[in-house]
Amino acid sequence: MKHRTFFWFILPTLSAMVLFIALPIVSVFVQSLFVEHEQVLVVSESCGPFGCSPTTTVDTEATAKLREEQPLGRFNGLGTYINRSHLAFAEIGEAWANSDSLGDFWSQVYNLPFYSALTFTLAYTFIVTPLVLALGLAIAVGVNNLPRALKGLAIFISLLPFLVTPLVGSLILFWMVDGDGVIGATIQRIFNDPSLSLKASTALTWTMLMVYGVWHTLPFSFITFYAGLQTVPDDTMEAAQIDGATKWQRLIHVIVPHLMPLVSFVTLMLIMDNFRVFEPIVSFKAEAHAQSLSWIIYNDLRESGNPLYASAGATSLITIILAVILMSPVLVRTWRDFTRKSH
Amino acid sequence: MFLRKIAAATVFAGLMGSASFAADCGPEGQSIRILASDFPAIHAVAGAAEANCGGAAAEFSTNHTTEARQIMNAALTPNPSEYTSVILANATLTQLMNDGLVRPLNDLVEKYKDNIPPNLLITIDGNVMAVAFMANSQHLFSRTDILEQAGVDGIPSSYEEVIEAAEKIRAAGIMEHPLVMNLQTGWNVGEVFNMIYLGHGGEFFTPGSAEPSINNEKGLAALETMKALVEYAHPDHLTHASNETQGLWESGQAALGIMWGSRGAAMLDDEGSSDEVTSNTVLSAAPTVGGGSTPAATLWWDGIAIAANVSDEEAEATFAALVSGLTPDMVAANNDDAVWLLDGFTPGPAAAGVAATAQGGAKPYPMIPQMGLLHAALGSELTDFLKGDESAEQALADVESAYRTSAKEAGFLQ
Repeated sequence: MKHRTFFWFILPTLSAMVLFIALPIVSVFVQSLFVEHEQVLVVSESCGPFGCSPTTTVDTEATAKLREEQPLGRFNGLGTYINRSHLAFAEIGEAWANSDSLGDFWSQVYNLPFYSALTFTLAYTFIVTPLVLALGLAIAVGVNNLPRALKGLAIFISLLPFLVTPLVGSLILFWMVDGDGVIGATIQRIFNDPSLSLKASTALTWTMLMVYGVWHTLPFSFITFYAGLQTVPDDTMEAAQIDGATKWQRLIHVIVPHLMPLVSFVTLMLIMDNFRVFEPIVSFKAEAHAQSLSWIIYNDLRESGNPLYASAGATSLITIILAVILMSPVLVRTWRDFTRKSH
Repeated sequence: MFLRKIAAATVFAGLMGSASFAADCGPEGQSIRILASDFPAIHAVAGAAEANCGGAAAEFSTNHTTEARQIMNAALTPNPSEYTSVILANATLTQLMNDGLVRPLNDLVEKYKDNIPPNLLITIDGNVMAVAFMANSQHLFSRTDILEQAGVDGIPSSYEEVIEAAEKIRAAGIMEHPLVMNLQTGWNVGEVFNMIYLGHGGEFFTPGSAEPSINNEKGLAALETMKALVEYAHPDHLTHASNETQGLWESGQAALGIMWGSRGAAMLDDEGSSDEVTSNTVLSAAPTVGGGSTPAATLWWDGIAIAANVSDEEAEATFAALVSGLTPDMVAANNDDAVWLLDGFTPGPAAAGVAATAQGGAKPYPMIPQMGLLHAALGSELTDFLKGDESAEQALADVESAYRTSAKEAGFLQ
């Protein structure tokens, strides 16, 4: 294709991407460099139905004047990125100096909100992604080998978890694992411990979130691999069979290499999806045991009644950068395949 | 004689029918737009305002939403703003005042003072910023039958007695976890700390500044009390907010509870629970703590505030309409929906807890501009301590550093 023609083809997509993806990211970045103006506080007295008490209020006129002079706020550079709520360089340095063992150092780092959220987010991504890839492929191969009459039904059932909205799906599971719910009560009976609670233990909460994550994203990898299986050439399979390859050997040496481009694609999608894990944490009310980077952004914007835009912006950008780093091995591989093929 | 009675009744009915005529609705033909939380008492006030003055207004709309707190600042910022009034509480008034989005009501109060008892005015430095109409607070709920069965005399009046009673119930083998509290990570667990810390006589900030002052003896004492309480609380307590605690109570799985007074009426009615539970549930003042004499609680009011960025006529019409609803008739018709601060309220069993907490001299939730940030920091940093993963000292130090970080970003600290 001529470069000129290509340009006109890509122009609508490109402009939409600039407008709706690139510009907002730039705007978020700019906002993350500024913090709010100094709030001019005045001491006053407040009275109400329960009596009077001394208090402080914000002098809104003085603050408004400051705001008018510098509408974006005070320039803070990368200060927000390195404060305690984010990369916390100062706190980590202090922890390194004050800790006598690596375990002690780690527990001090894990106490910082960003790093504890990062730990969960990474653990979630690295456990859920391979499980979903392997199980998705297994189910796809299984369904593909079913008799024709059963295939439709099996595909429909396997797709069901994908049809449920994440928030609703996780709420349903949340009620099931409650001490009074089906799963929760059964587990209590098996272990004969009436106060055993999946919601009260960090390890069990993590497990619950990850099981939910696998359950919910499995249909995506299943259906993609199932579609890929339909394109495996019969000739190659027959040749392998004549050469005496067992079913297992055919799967590993013929089918999987054939599906490799799809595996890259599914891996990319899963990493992006899992790295922004959010809904199950809210639905499972799991904040006490597991927080993710996306949850921190949500919390910064919502919890105090005074949205912390710089904080949320900084976490967003760090999340984007980390997601790119995580995806880069797969991206590099795809790029190599592409250039090899085009030469 | 009979005919005369009929005639008199007709005239009376006619007068009643034109009740809107009687209510002073201020300037006519204005647009009245109200943003409010979503619970029965607020529906009653907004509904009465619409019945009285909806006819005189060109537009009367009410948005009842549980997300009111999240959208109010954004909705009131443009000029003219999306709503002419917000029905709000202590903390949300501060949130709007921080951005200068509500107007002083001194002139309007002077003009429409008939329905407004003076003690309901929320004044800050002499400016009336809101008019309160109902009160709320968390306080003690007890199951008298279970307390009696466990050999507890009377209803506990301090947290120490609550813990002792819980231990007796456990020892008697009646319930392993007799206590329910709203301890969900986030706002709820922060609020429990606030109550118990105030009960210990603590101050949140160095007076007159935004410097936090919770990392002290009283803060540690408050955390120790919380730790002793969660020992007897349902194992899932870190996921429990009002809906969950109410459910546990109504299903008879708890004997002692620290819950919101506004839930009282729903818990005492004959829906969703058994007679055994409702007939033995007693609402009483929030317990005192650490030998203190005032109930460990924060008092809340709900009230009316008027947006700054609307025309004076719209502001007046909105204020007049809302105030016209604060009548004894409205209160009588919705008596059990709230602890009304208005004339005509007959306190029932559902109001006993809030009334006793207020009479005991509990402190109101602090209306300090940076309180929301400290509350959020408490909400996210205290759970590690309650889970047993870190010391009380570390938890309080974490709260202060988390608060300092966000307060610097919000401009309260340098």
